[in-house]
Amino acid sequence: MPEVNEPNHFLRIVLWWLVVSVIGTALVVFVLGPGLPPGNGSVEASGQVTDNTVLLALSVPVAAAVLVYLTYALIVFREREPEVYVDGPPIRGNASIQLWWLVTTTVIVLFLAGYGSIRLLADGSGGGQGPNPIAAPAASSSDPPLQVQVIAQQWQFNYRFPGYGGVEVPDLELPANTLVEFHVTSLDVIHSFWAYQLGVKADANPGVDNVAYVTTKGPLSVNIRCAELCGVWHGYMFETAHVVSKADFATWIRAQETRFAPATKTLPPYSKTYFPPPERRGG
Amino acid sequence: MSTIAVPVARPPLWRRLVGFNLLAGIALGIIGYVIGQWIGGRFTGVNIAYYSKTAGQNDIAIMLGYFFGVVGFLIGMGFANYPIQRMLGYPPTLAEHEAEEEGVGRYFRLCTDHKVVAIQYLVGIGVFFFIGGLNAMLIRTELLQPNTHVFGANQYLTLVGMHGTMMMGMMTSGILGPFANWVVPPMIGARRMAFPRIESFTFWLLMAAGVVLITTIFFGGFQTGWTGYQPLGDQNTAGYDAYIGFFALVGVSMTLLGLNLAVTIISMRAPGMTWTRLPIFVWSVLATAALMFLAAPMLIAALLMGAMDRTIQTAFYVAGQGGSSYLFQNLFWVFGHPEVYIVALPGFGIVLELLPVFARKPLWGYRLAVSGMLGVGLLSFFVWQHHLFVSGINADLRPFYMLSTELISLPTGFTFLCFMGTLWRGRIRFTVPMLFCLAWAFNFLFGGISGVFLSDVPSDVTTHGSFFSMAHFHYTIMGGLVFTFFAAIYYWVPKMTGFNLSERLGKVHFWTMFLAFNSTFAPLFALGFMGMPRRVVTYNPSFQALNDWASVSAFILGISMLIFLYNVVWSLLIKREPAEANPWHSKSPEWQLATPVPVYDFERTPVFDPDPYPYGVEPVPVGRPVVAPAGGQA
Repeated sequence: MPEVNEPNHFLRIVLWWLVVSVIGTALVVFVLGPGLPPGNGSVEASGQVTDNTVLLALSVPVAAAVLVYLTYALIVFREREPEVYVDGPPIRGNASIQLWWLVTTTVIVLFLAGYGSIRLLADGSGGGQGPNPIAAPAASSSDPPLQVQVIAQQWQFNYRFPGYGGVEVPDLELPANTLVEFHVTSLDVIHSFWAYQLGVKADANPGVDNVAYVTTKGPLSVNIRCAELCGVWHGYMFETAHVVSKADFATWIRAQETRFAPATKTLPPYSKTYFPPPERRGG
Repeated sequence: MSTIAVPVARPPLWRRLVGFNLLAGIALGIIGYVIGQWIGGRFTGVNIAYYSKTAGQNDIAIMLGYFFGVVGFLIGMGFANYPIQRMLGYPPTLAEHEAEEEGVGRYFRLCTDHKVVAIQYLVGIGVFFFIGGLNAMLIRTELLQPNTHVFGANQYLTLVGMHGTMMMGMMTSGILGPFANWVVPPMIGARRMAFPRIESFTFWLLMAAGVVLITTIFFGGFQTGWTGYQPLGDQNTAGYDAYIGFFALVGVSMTLLGLNLAVTIISMRAPGMTWTRLPIFVWSVLATAALMFLAAPMLIAALLMGAMDRTIQTAFYVAGQGGSSYLFQNLFWVFGHPEVYIVALPGFGIVLELLPVFARKPLWGYRLAVSGMLGVGLLSFFVWQHHLFVSGINADLRPFYMLSTELISLPTGFTFLCFMGTLWRGRIRFTVPMLFCLAWAFNFLFGGISGVFLSDVPSDVTTHGSFFSMAHFHYTIMGGLVFTFFAAIYYWVPKMTGFNLSERLGKVHFWTMFLAFNSTFAPLFALGFMGMPRRVVTYNPSFQALNDWASVSAFILGISMLIFLYNVVWSLLIKREPAEANPWHSKSPEWQLATPVPVYDFERTPVFDPDPYPYGVEPVPVGRPVVAPAGGQA
C-alpha cells in the first residue's frame, strides 16, 4: 500500500529516461556516428557505418532504460535501517507491464532483424556468401565486376586475376570506383580474409569458393588481416593493399603480368578451388 | 532408521591412506597412462622410447595413454567397486560412503554426500579457474607490447587456447557443480541426488580432464584456441590430443551432470513441491541441465571424429578427401552455442534467487522468469550459425539466424524485467552477494547489447573474429557467470562450510573486481572496432595505448582475485568465525537447515508451503510432516 506522500516513482523514472536517451542518442548519432568503423572506404563499408550507427542509436534508449531504472531504484529503494529486517510489499507481477515489455521488445527485435535482412540482401554488405551469392551490388552491363581470387595459405594471402591471364601476385591493388568480386579460398586450414577499410570479411575454407562483393571508392590504403586463427604465425598474417585509380591499376596489372609470366606458366590452371595434398601428420 | 555414527577408534594414518582414494587414483592413472602408451607404441609398430624422447609425437599412443590413464584413475578412486559388487550379487547400498568418515579424508575419495561433492567441485573448479586466470594474465603480459615478445607465437597461442578451453570447459560446471549439487536437494526437499555415485563421478572425471589438458604443455601445446577448428587441429602437434581428450571428458561429465540434475529435479521433489513452487534457481538448473545433456554429446561426436582423423587417418574434416571443414564448425557450434547459455543460465537463476532475499520482496513475475529461462534454452539450439555468418555456408539462411539470434534477447529481457520488478519498492540491502548480482545486470546489459552488433550480419562483417566479439563474450560470460559465481560463493558458503566470509574483504574484492573488469574489457570493444583480430601475438602499434590500458586493468583484476583468495584463506582457514544458521534472514528452504548441515539434511521430509518467496506476507503455518522419507531409501 503506497504511503500518503509516496512520490510517483514511475513518472520520475520515465522523465529521467527521456532526458538521458535523447541526449545519449543525439551524441551517438552526431558525435560517435561518423567515426564508427569501418569508415567510408567503400560503398559496403559506408553501409556498415550506417548500420552500426542505427544499432548504436537504438541501443542507447534500451541501455538507458535499464541503467536509469537501476540507479533510481538503488538510491530510492535502499534499506535505510539495515539493523531491522523489514520486508517490502509482496508485489508478484503486473500483467500490463509484462505485456508492454513483451510487445516493445518484440517490436525492437523484429525491426532489427528486418532492417538487418534488408541491408544484407541489398548488396551483401561485404560479407562472404559462399559459392552461390544471393545478394550482389548492381553492376553496370558495360563494366563487369573485376574478379579477384584470394588464395589464403599458412601464412599469407595471394591474389589471382582470372581476367588477366590467371596471374598470381603476392600484393593486392584494386581500381577505384569498381565493383570487385572476391573469390576467397584456402589451400590448407580455415583463414579469414579481412580487408578492414573496404568492409570485407570472408572466411577462406579449403575446397570452398567464398564470394564477397565490394564497390570501391577513391584511392585508399587497406589493412588486410587474417581474422581466423590459422596456426602459429596467424598474428603475422597481415599486409597492406591499395585502391588506386583505374589508369594506375591498368599499368600495375600489366607490369605484374609481365613480371610473373614465367611463374604463371607453372601454375595450375585457374579454378574456383584447389586441392593440394593436405599436410597430414603421420599416426 | 537414521544412522548415527558409532564412535570407533580411528585407524593409523598409513592405514587410512591405503584404499580407494586420490592416491590410489593417481597411481593407477599413471600406470594406465604407461600401459596405454605401450599399447599405442606396439600398435603402430614403433619403439616407444623413441617417441617419448621426441615429446610423444605418436598420437595413437598418446590418446590411448590418456584413455587408460583416466580409466585407471577412476578405478583407483573406487568407481569400479560398486558395479563389480552388484555383478557379484551384493545388494545395492549407499551408506558405506556417506556415514563412513567425517574428517577431511572424505574430500579425497569417492563420496556420495551431495554436500561433500559440492565442496569438492568448488575447490577443484576454483583451482582450475585460477590456472585459467593466470593464463589470462600471461596473455595480457604479452600484449603489453605490439612487437616485443615475452613468449613465442607458439607459447602465446597455447596460452590463449588453454585459457579459453579451461574456462569454457571447467566453468561450464562452475555453478551447477558446486551450487546446484549443494542447494538443489534441500531446495526440493530431497536428501540426496538421484544418482549420487554419478554425481561424484562427474567431479572426478572433470578433474582428470583438467589434468589431461594441462599435459598439453609437455606435447608442444595446441595452437587452435578453444574452438579447435579443423583441419588446423588435424595438422597440429601432439598437444592437440590433450585438447580432444579434455573436451571429450568434459562432455561426458557435463552430460551425466545434466542428466543427474534433471532426474533429481523431476523425480525427487518432496510432497507439496509442485512445479510452480520450485525456487527459480532450480528452474534455471533444470533448463541448464537439459541443455547440457542435449548439447554435449554433439561435442563428443565432433571430437571423436577429430581424434579418428588424427590417429587412424580418416578424413572427416579434410577437404579434398571427401571431408569438410564446415562439418566441424557446425558440430562444434551446435554444441557451442547452447554451451554459452549453459554458462549464462545458472547466473540468471542465482541473480533472481538472491534478489528477493536482499530486496526483501517476492520474486516479481515468477512465471515470466521461468518462461524466460526455458525460452533461452529452447532458442539456443537454433542460433549456432551466427558464428558462421561470413564463412560462406548457407548464405541464404543468414536472415533466419539473424532473426533467431535476436529473438533470444526476448527471453533474456524477461530476466531483466523480473530483476527490475523485484527491486521495485523493495528494501534493498547492499550485501556482498547483492553487489555481485547488481553488477551482473550492469555487465550483462552491455554484453547483450554488444551481442546485437554480432547478430546483425552487416555489422558482424566488421566485428566478427575481432576483439569486439572477444569483449562481448567476456562481458556475458565473465560478467554474467563469474560475477554470479562469486555472488553464490558469498551467499552460500556460510551455510556450506559453517564459517563466515569477511564482509569487508568481500566488498574490497567486489569493487576492485567490478571496476577492473569493466576497465579491462570496455577498451577491447574499441580495439575490435578499430580492426584488431582475436588471438594475435602481434598487432598494429597504434593499438598499443588501449592494449596497455587493458593489460594494466587485467592485472588489477588478477589482484582482486588474490584479495578473494586471501579472504577465503583468512576467513575459512584461520579466523573460522562460525556462521549463524541464517545470516541473510532468507526464507528459502536450504537456510532453514541447521549449521553445520547434518549428513542427511532433514530429520524428516519437509512439507513446502505454497509460496517459494514468502517475503512481506504472514508466514504460512508449517504443514503436517510426512514420515516417509522422500526418494525411497536414503
